[in-house]
Amino acid sequence: MKPSRFDYFAPGSVDECVALLAEHGEDAKLLAGGQSLVPLMNLRLAAPEVLIDLNGVGELDYVREDADRLVIGAMTRHREVASDAVGTACPMLAHAAGLIGYPPIRNRGTLGGSLVHADPASELPCVALTVDAELVAVGPGGRRTIPAGDFFLSHFTTALDPSELLVEVRFPRTAEDDRWGFVEFSRKSGDFAIAAVAVDLRLRDGRLERARVGVAGVGERPWRATAAEQTLTADGPAPDVLQRAAEDAGEQAAAAADGYRGHVVATLTRRALDAALTRNGAR
Amino acid sequence: MNDRHDIHMTVNGEPHSVTVPARKLLADCLREDLRLTGTHVGCEQGVCGACTVVMDGRPVRSCLLFAVQAQGAELETIESLGQSAEDLHPVQQAFWDHHGLQCGFCTPGMVLTAKALLEENPRPTEDEIREAIAGNICRCTGYVFIIDAIQAAAERLAAEAPVDG
Repeated sequence: MKPSRFDYFAPGSVDECVALLAEHGEDAKLLAGGQSLVPLMNLRLAAPEVLIDLNGVGELDYVREDADRLVIGAMTRHREVASDAVGTACPMLAHAAGLIGYPPIRNRGTLGGSLVHADPASELPCVALTVDAELVAVGPGGRRTIPAGDFFLSHFTTALDPSELLVEVRFPRTAEDDRWGFVEFSRKSGDFAIAAVAVDLRLRDGRLERARVGVAGVGERPWRATAAEQTLTADGPAPDVLQRAAEDAGEQAAAAADGYRGHVVATLTRRALDAALTRNGAR
Repeated sequence: MNDRHDIHMTVNGEPHSVTVPARKLLADCLREDLRLTGTHVGCEQGVCGACTVVMDGRPVRSCLLFAVQAQGAELETIESLGQSAEDLHPVQQAFWDHHGLQCGFCTPGMVLTAKALLEENPRPTEDEIREAIAGNICRCTGYVFIIDAIQAAAERLAAEAPVDG
């Protein structure tokens, strides 16, 4: 099938985008990398009357390091997010970006597009939620910062107002004591994950000073496995504790979806914890 | 509705100007307006990889881009490679030699994806080849001969390349 008709605008700046959004309101859709929106338009599941193409807004494509954060423009392609430039500061983010789709998809798809699309099975919303990233939006009233924990509301639904666009995402830098793991399960490389688990730990003096566990692919949005997190921070990184935490995450997934996903999430959580604590990584 | 867009792009080294409605996909523009029918349209949802072309040096899905977005771009399609049995690109020749195609529908996307892989990673492992072509669906070959072909092309290209140092 082919997309239905729309009016096309290619603004050159964020200010122009905000003005176009103000003019066209809910009739308009922003086009970032288009790797999710264009399939939906081709299938006519989406039929926006106005398309505002962000690909000419060069000011949204950057990676910058602050003292304790990595600051990434919304139009940065997955290919760049998966690169060593990002990987040295935020290895889990880079690793997860490299699992999205296929190389041609990563050549076009963008960080901001993935977060705003808010597919509950996709990698980057799960990572953003797990590491407590901050999202910066611009609208007619100016800029505001939204914690990732408040951003993802439901299937394909975020806290952004239709008059706003996401411009920047800030990820905490991974410190020396930090351990991370990201594991997903799909039938075929590049497919949407049936489930994915991200873990972000801070190991100090043999204890887990911080334990964050995020789950994707189960339910209407990514979520934090809070019971597992509490088990880990209370009882530390011993193997039996890791197993209990994995089962906690599995129970939360089973309650949110079904027994199969509960089993998958428990297994992935254990693998992600093992990867974090033994290899500091994901494979 | 401002639905006529004049776009200028370079395709296989030649400048082209076309007027398209905004909703026209790049894949359809290449096939219908430029008559470059080597780019195949399979799923139209980014899954099958048949429509893969190279835009500004990187492989992309031409079914997930609107032609208007190619304004000013440099594109390479399968027609940029060998056009006859006598002047095949090493990747094409390897697909021929190793039976890397049967019906040929996936082949333009498969060849361009393989070529891009070998430019970035001249000596890929079998796993790396499988990963690189995971987004290109072939319903004939079972992939085994495609992987043989890409490995053979890697060897051929390495033999042709100037020796380092």
